[in-house]
Amino acid sequence: MRGTQIGALTDDAVPGLAEALAVVDGLDDALANGLGRLGEPERAALAALAAAAGASPLATAAADAVATLAAGTVADEYLAAVAGARAALLGAVHDALLAAADTGTGRSRAEWDATGGDSPGVPLAAARSWLTELAVTGWRGVGEDLVAASAPVVATLLAEPRTRRLAVLLDGFAAELRACTPIATMEHLPYRRWGDLWSRAVLLAQDTWPGPPAAAPVSGRLLPLGVDVHEHATAVQFEVHGVLETAGGARLVRVAAAAAKVDTIVGPAVWTLVDRPVLLGALAAGRALELTDMPLLPGGDLLWREDAATPGEPADPFTTARLVLPEATAAGVPPLDRHPVRIAEPVLLEDYTVTDHAAVLDGRALPFDTDRLPGCGPLTPELVAASTACIGLLRWDAGGWRVQPLAVRTTVKRKPATVATADWAQGPTDPKVAKAEARNDAVAVLRERAGRLLRS
Amino acid sequence: MGYKDPIMIDLGTDGDRERCSGATLVRPVRARKLAKVPFVELADGRVQGVVSSGSDIARVYVSSVTADGHGLSCSTNNNRPCGGLSGPYACKHLRAMLDEAVLQYGRERVARYLRVEVGADSDVLGALDPHHAPAPAATVFSRFLRHLAYLEVPEADGPVPELQWFGATRTAG
Repeated sequence: MRGTQIGALTDDAVPGLAEALAVVDGLDDALANGLGRLGEPERAALAALAAAAGASPLATAAADAVATLAAGTVADEYLAAVAGARAALLGAVHDALLAAADTGTGRSRAEWDATGGDSPGVPLAAARSWLTELAVTGWRGVGEDLVAASAPVVATLLAEPRTRRLAVLLDGFAAELRACTPIATMEHLPYRRWGDLWSRAVLLAQDTWPGPPAAAPVSGRLLPLGVDVHEHATAVQFEVHGVLETAGGARLVRVAAAAAKVDTIVGPAVWTLVDRPVLLGALAAGRALELTDMPLLPGGDLLWREDAATPGEPADPFTTARLVLPEATAAGVPPLDRHPVRIAEPVLLEDYTVTDHAAVLDGRALPFDTDRLPGCGPLTPELVAASTACIGLLRWDAGGWRVQPLAVRTTVKRKPATVATADWAQGPTDPKVAKAEARNDAVAVLRERAGRLLRS
Repeated sequence: MGYKDPIMIDLGTDGDRERCSGATLVRPVRARKLAKVPFVELADGRVQGVVSSGSDIARVYVSSVTADGHGLSCSTNNNRPCGGLSGPYACKHLRAMLDEAVLQYGRERVARYLRVEVGADSDVLGALDPHHAPAPAATVFSRFLRHLAYLEVPEADGPVPELQWFGATRTAG
């Protein structure tokens, strides 16, 4: 990105953004107090939400739901309409922001033209009823008992692959609520975040939520740009961003590998939880991958199969970012995934100076999001501060754009070096860290205990 | 140096993160060796955990301290009482469990959960006013089994978009 591009992105206000988010904020404030006892401000906030959805296919459902909630009746179906209206508003916010990012970075994007698959058809009533209880109570009223009631719900959902997404979401959400109890005494609440987590969970818990769309096989050369790591106490996901060169041109793709874990498995050990030696080997060694008939979802996600990939030539991510990324076409976003949090667009920043945790180019500043640097890799805030080039993900949150570093050119022991989040994908390359990691017994001990106690 | 809670990420003094989607609220716990105490948690109003027996690989002890009244309990998972626990004096399993709880969650958080004040260098156990209060091992043991069951869950067969809300973050230093 150039300074002028950063300037256009950070200076130009997105029309309607503030108004849409104000409606979302109103609902989020009401959720903190609980939808079981609505005061005048909460009724007004719900009415504003219904009005905002007034010109959409959700108009009737949202208006009915808000009227019923205002009259004091709370039921799963009304909360689904409320969560749907909130998601629709944030979907529109996502579209506007992504369009601004695409314009700013000169990225072309394909239209979404797929349809979702059949609904999984698994019973979800228990999850819905927990989420309703949560909404009635409100964040401020949540105690340990209500949080604990999520455990059997999560255990059932986790055992069924088709409800894995909901299980992972509820488990992460419940762990946050638990860590924050007693919430009534908290000075500041994460209104937006918990509103997001609750409403996505409510939607995933609908029987009509569609399954994934059909995948199509692709062949070509995958050039990785970097790896974004997602993690909470019981889940970890490695999301590779890369460019896939096919006969039909270059396109931006993602590869996600997600595994279950527990809170005591932290740091570089989390890489050992995914069994994908071809993928992780290429990431650790900085190689391309040759793909043959790898399934690709319409949203740009490769459904990774180890036997459809072979290691290729060495490929420097910075060369890919400079030469191939500008020509790559991004995929359309799956409609139900549209939310600002999903915006994670790979960009290259070069020849900047770092001032106040931001990359400064031609006098224009783009802050680094170093909060999202994972503990499983060598990239630290200090290395980012000393960097001169960066491959990162352009993200939007809390009203502003930031870049989350995936790889940097920086200085290590007075020598130039490239450091990336995935450098330790096959174990730490730093001898000191490797030695400490060799003493980390978490995965081995827990697997041994599981083997002995779960089957005895 | 201000106190930094190892679990909760600060939401900021001016509340600027109240309207933020992606800020993970719970930091990863500190890495610790698990051979002796594979499981410890602050839950159900207790600091509770599972301690591997030093002599029998198939046996584990379930140890707990209640936040309310500091009741001490230690028995095998088959409810056989631990011989080392007598009256208000903690056995080696309870000591190990509390030490590992401090390693995992930080002294301040463990002390707060047990509603006691503990100095930076002093022992949590020393701050308790304990008594012997045997509790059934089954609840904690089944929570441990559920914890272990996560290791048996297969890898997800596709992307989990919801994890975008849970960006990884480094452990509290």
